[in-house]
Amino acid sequence: MTKQEALFKYTLRLSDNSLILAQRLSEWTSKGPFLEEDLALTNIALDILGQANSLLEYAAKTEGKGRTSDELAFFRNEREFYNTLLVEQPNGDYAQTILRQCLIDNFDLLFYTELAKSKDETLAAIAAKSIKEITYHVRHTSSWVDRFGNGTEESHTRIQNALNELWRFTDELFEMNDVDALLLKENVAVDLAALKPIWKKQVEATLEKANLKLPETVFMQTGSRNAKHTEHLGYILAEMQYLPRMHPTAKW
Amino acid sequence: MKDSQGPLWEVFVQKKAGQPFVHCGSLHAYDKEMAIENARDLYTRRSEGSALWVVPAAAIVASSPEDAGSFFEPSNDKVYRHPTFYQIPEGVKYI
Repeated sequence: MTKQEALFKYTLRLSDNSLILAQRLSEWTSKGPFLEEDLALTNIALDILGQANSLLEYAAKTEGKGRTSDELAFFRNEREFYNTLLVEQPNGDYAQTILRQCLIDNFDLLFYTELAKSKDETLAAIAAKSIKEITYHVRHTSSWVDRFGNGTEESHTRIQNALNELWRFTDELFEMNDVDALLLKENVAVDLAALKPIWKKQVEATLEKANLKLPETVFMQTGSRNAKHTEHLGYILAEMQYLPRMHPTAKW
Repeated sequence: MKDSQGPLWEVFVQKKAGQPFVHCGSLHAYDKEMAIENARDLYTRRSEGSALWVVPAAAIVASSPEDAGSFFEPSNDKVYRHPTFYQIPEGVKYI
């Protein structure tokens, strides 16, 4: 694997995380719990879609085979997507969506803060732009975790259930493979192993404040680094890719 | 049905530092923190401002339409309260 190939795979993985998460969050648009929160979550989805767009364009350029960012987004199949399992998990109730988002926001803030120091100038620039957006996302979703956790008995039960359901997908966020190893040596990639204890400490503080407990015995899920996904990704792609695949020559 | 969206807040946006905060609308929120976040999401998405105030709508004291006559009409026939009876000297620019 050349450095160029590794950079493509790395950028594609980051793109896919943002793209699939943005698609998931967009499912809430017009169905939010109330108007203001509907707009807030849609804003967050749009920020993340913007990140996906920048990353996909860079991925397309890095690949250098003439594929456009749209082709990467809409004409790849399930086993060619490298997003983590966490981002493709169903929205569930609002507590589950918020908890998933809070776990990811905390990760992304640490991740992009490090990526902003990358030797790759484009990745560093995309990261630097994203940090401000994610800082707000963390604030918004953390306050909602707090509200659910310390709200009513029902809201507490719902967010605790969400944590029990989603925690098993969190180890995978920090998995590193040969792509990471190669780019880490070049000071391009982020050392995920080093982020893990910091992330865990921050998330645990948020959860503790919200009076939530980590599930005790969890079998950590894995697979996305090899493009192996849960059953949910196929349905996301079906909806997301339907239009461009039906009308591949359509233009805006 | 009972409204479960929380109390109403009024939103004021300042375009640039030094300029006045201008009322731009209202929103629902359960507390101060949610109110300021919602205001940011609802009213500054298109770079409308650089600072925000949110005020509980209940804290605003408003004049009522019935008072309009006694409050505002007496000033209608008092044109001498407007500074329009002076000759402005030539050379004064900012008036």
